[in-house]
Amino acid sequence: MKAHLKRRYMFAASHRLHADTLTDEQNRVTYGKCNNPHGHGHNYSLEVTVSGPVSPDTGMVCNLVDLDQAVRQTVLDRFDHQNLNMLADFAVVVPTTENLTEIVFNILKQSFHAAHLEKVRIEETLNNSFEYAGGAELRH
Amino acid sequence: MIYLTRRCEFSASHYYHNPEWSDEQNRHAFGKCANLNGHGHNYTLEVTVKGDIDPVTGFVVDLKELKDILNREVVDAMDHRHLNKEVPEFASKIPTTENIAIAIWQRLAESLRVAKLHRVRLYEMPDLFVDFYGEA
Repeated sequence: MKAHLKRRYMFAASHRLHADTLTDEQNRVTYGKCNNPHGHGHNYSLEVTVSGPVSPDTGMVCNLVDLDQAVRQTVLDRFDHQNLNMLADFAVVVPTTENLTEIVFNILKQSFHAAHLEKVRIEETLNNSFEYAGGAELRH
Repeated sequence: MIYLTRRCEFSASHYYHNPEWSDEQNRHAFGKCANLNGHGHNYTLEVTVKGDIDPVTGFVVDLKELKDILNREVVDAMDHRHLNKEVPEFASKIPTTENIAIAIWQRLAESLRVAKLHRVRLYEMPDLFVDFYGEA
C-alpha cells in the first residue's frame, strides 16, 4: 500500500535578485525591490513529499529520523543563515525561489534514497510558493 | 516544469437563489445561504501557474505582473462587493464557491499570457474550498 508523507522544515536566508547578463536598469525593472544591492531575506518554509509502500513491519513509508538527517545535512546546513548569492549553487543562476526549489529537489534526489522523492515545495512568503517534482506534471 | 502559487484575499457578500424555483425549494436547497438579505465571507484565493524557468531572470512568471492581474481581475472586481449584484457573471449564475472559482479561472485564462494556469483554489472559509483545473 503506497502512501505519501510530507514533512516541513524551516530555514532563513538572504538573497538579491540580479542577473549579470542584464543592465542595471533592466535588473531594476525586472526585479524591483528584490534588486536592492544590499539584499533582503526570507524565512523559507520547505515541504518535502516522499512516497513508498508502507512497511508491514514499521507501519512507515520511511523513518522520519533518516529523512530529517538527510534534509538537515544536505539542505538546511547548506542554506540556513546564509547569503544565497555567495553560494556556489548560485554562481551562475539567480537565487530566485524557482531556482532554489529545483536545486533543493536535485540535492535531495541525490542524498535521500529511503523513499521516492515526489516533490519539493518552498514558501518564500505566506503569499508565494513554488513546487517542483523533477519536471513531472503535478497530480491533483 | 515548475509551479508557482500566489495567494490573495477578498471579502464579499452574496446569497444563493435560483429564480426558477419556489421560495420553499430555495430554502430547502440552500438553507441559510438563501436569505435574500445576503451574508459575506473572507475568501482566500490561491492561483497556481506553471512553466519553465527563464534562464536569464530565474523567474517562471513576473510576480508583479501576476499580482497586478490578480488585483485587476479579482480583487478590484470582487473585494467589498456584493457578488450577485456587482459581478456580471453572477447576474445569471449563483455565486457558489464553485462558480466563483470557475469565473476567476475564466477571467485569468483570458488575461494571463505569461504562464499557463494550472489551478484555482478558492477558500470560502478555512475548512471549505474548491479546486478548479479548467476541466470541462
